Amino acid sequence: MLEIKNLRVKVGEKEILRGINLTVAAGEVHAIMGPNGSGKSTLAHVLAGRENYQVTAGEVRYNGKDLLAMSPEQRARDGVFLAFQYPVEIPGVSTTYFLKAALNAVRKHRGQEELDAMDFLTLIKEKINLVEMDQVLINRPLNEGFSGGEKKRNEILQMAVLDPRLAILDETDSGLDIDALRIVAGGVNALRRPDRSMLVITHYQRLLNYIVPDFIHVLFDGRIVKSGAKELALELESKGYDWLKSPAAGLS
Amino acid sequence: MEALERMEHYRSLFRQSYDDAGAFPSWFGRLRESAIESFTRLGFPAPGSEEWKYTSVDPIASVPFVHANGEGKAVTGDIFAAAFVDEACARLVFVNGAYSARLSSLSELPAGVRVAGLRAALAANDPVLEMRLGRAARFREQPFVALNTALMEDGAVVLVPEGCRMAAPIYLVFVSLAQEQPLQSQPRNLVVLGAGSEAAIVECYVGIEAGNYFTNAVTELFAAEDAVVDYYRIQREAARGFHVGALEARLSDRCSLTAHAITLGGSLVRNDLRVVLDGEGAECVLNGLYLADGDRHVDNHTEIEHAKPRTRSLELYKGVLSGSARGVFNGKIIVHKDAQKTDARQTNKNLLLSDRAVANSKPQLEIYADDVKCSHGSTIGQLDRDALFYLRSRGLAPDDARSLLSYAFARDVVGRVKIPALKERLDDYLAICFDRKREPGR
Repeated sequence: MLEIKNLRVKVGEKEILRGINLTVAAGEVHAIMGPNGSGKSTLAHVLAGRENYQVTAGEVRYNGKDLLAMSPEQRARDGVFLAFQYPVEIPGVSTTYFLKAALNAVRKHRGQEELDAMDFLTLIKEKINLVEMDQVLINRPLNEGFSGGEKKRNEILQMAVLDPRLAILDETDSGLDIDALRIVAGGVNALRRPDRSMLVITHYQRLLNYIVPDFIHVLFDGRIVKSGAKELALELESKGYDWLKSPAAGLS
Repeated sequence: MEALERMEHYRSLFRQSYDDAGAFPSWFGRLRESAIESFTRLGFPAPGSEEWKYTSVDPIASVPFVHANGEGKAVTGDIFAAAFVDEACARLVFVNGAYSARLSSLSELPAGVRVAGLRAALAANDPVLEMRLGRAARFREQPFVALNTALMEDGAVVLVPEGCRMAAPIYLVFVSLAQEQPLQSQPRNLVVLGAGSEAAIVECYVGIEAGNYFTNAVTELFAAEDAVVDYYRIQREAARGFHVGALEARLSDRCSLTAHAITLGGSLVRNDLRVVLDGEGAECVLNGLYLADGDRHVDNHTEIEHAKPRTRSLELYKGVLSGSARGVFNGKIIVHKDAQKTDARQTNKNLLLSDRAVANSKPQLEIYADDVKCSHGSTIGQLDRDALFYLRSRGLAPDDARSLLSYAFARDVVGRVKIPALKERLDDYLAICFDRKREPGR
């Protein structure tokens, strides 16, 4: 599904990613953990196609295609989805309006018929249950005045509607209380499928109690310094990140 | 025309209409005389004067506009669609400044509400007219208000009695039809709301055909204690129309006014909205939207006077400017010495869709009380890059994302329209403007 080879990325003069290697097979959930400033969000944004990042080396294959050569909208239409850490507020249009425009852009690309208002309404009503979202919310201006939890639920709702193959969740747990976290994680878990892969990016082990990954990678200073099974999260929880910060740790 | 010639032109228009005005009461004649004296003294605003810093009225002053002579060509019902009018509601229609009984419809009004053309109301010499006309409008200071007051002959009079809560809005429609010679019209409206009454008034200005003309409209609005007013000023003049408009509103204790000023048309436009919060606990919300493309020029001035304690104002004006259009926003807030506990918030946001478009934004706060909350903010810029990326990351093409964001920016104001039928019509218009598909349930 996703194959990242020796990916090096700069922002301005600063090298943020310094040779990332990562392979995600269909249906797998990989967690990327790491301290602040390790490059987690940069990786998420580069995969989604954000400008202002300069890829200096390496390649990313997505279902065999050169992902980095694709525009953000091409990636989205081909099934890449990024759940934002800080979703944008757009006063003036509702979630419903925005999401229908997005879904139809994706459907058009896939050669499917565009959904009309009624069909879309039926679809979104089914999906909002997944994230236990109030229906009033989706008819309000997109994310405007939403709480942190409501914004994150909205991201997962969008994911459910757009039906991606590769979902990247960027710090989806940040700013959530325990109830919101449980709901958001529940939504994500319900969307796990053999043909859908996920990259779950988080600073805290807490989220991984709810979304149990197949693999965990620790990102530090632009490199993956440790990979392991889900038990690695517990180790990080008790030891923190410091023990991984010595150069030798990366080799273990 | 030279400056003197320009003044003489309007003085001669004044004399003409004055001679014709035998049927008007004498106090009305005196008011108009006093106004033409003011206009003669004030003249057209000088270039570079503080209140007209970014707007030259030379294009208006240099054309010898004349009075329309009758309706001219017949106006068809299509005009209502163009003016966003809900035909199920009561309406007064004016064509080139003159009341049209044929196009108006007053059958839907509740008992006690009086709605008439100004000319007819004057003929009946309703005492409320003498008491109110010219009492809020500053014809001694504002050149265009003076001009309107000197030349006023017709317009809408809306009188809502105490305690009357109107369920449906009243539409006041001002149609400009181009004729051979460039025409001017000076609509003058008076809205008086009794204590505890509720009303929605929608003024629509619309131009048909491409010729040059000049509309100079003034509305005076008085609201007694506890009245709730929803007021709209929707301007869709033709491409070469000039429009100058003023609202002068005076609110008593605990009144609530929501004013929506939506500017969609006209080549040279100046809007002045002034609200005097003249009663304790009175509040106003001003929502403004201006769209301008090509080389159009739209100047919005608002002035909110907090004259009494515990008054509140909330103002949001947004402009979308493309081509080489210019948008001006000047928002003055005056807090009088006694107006303690005033709460005033002002926001102006401008979206520039081209490199040549220009916005000028100027907040002006004059605060003479010490226990007040006042804030203002203004932005001028292009579409937000983060928002563009967000939309593209959901599959929208860049053009589609830009169109959606521009549409959303403008719709933020239209979304505040309280009359569902009007909101839907304006929404449809915006959807076309910004190349969006019409969607129910936005």
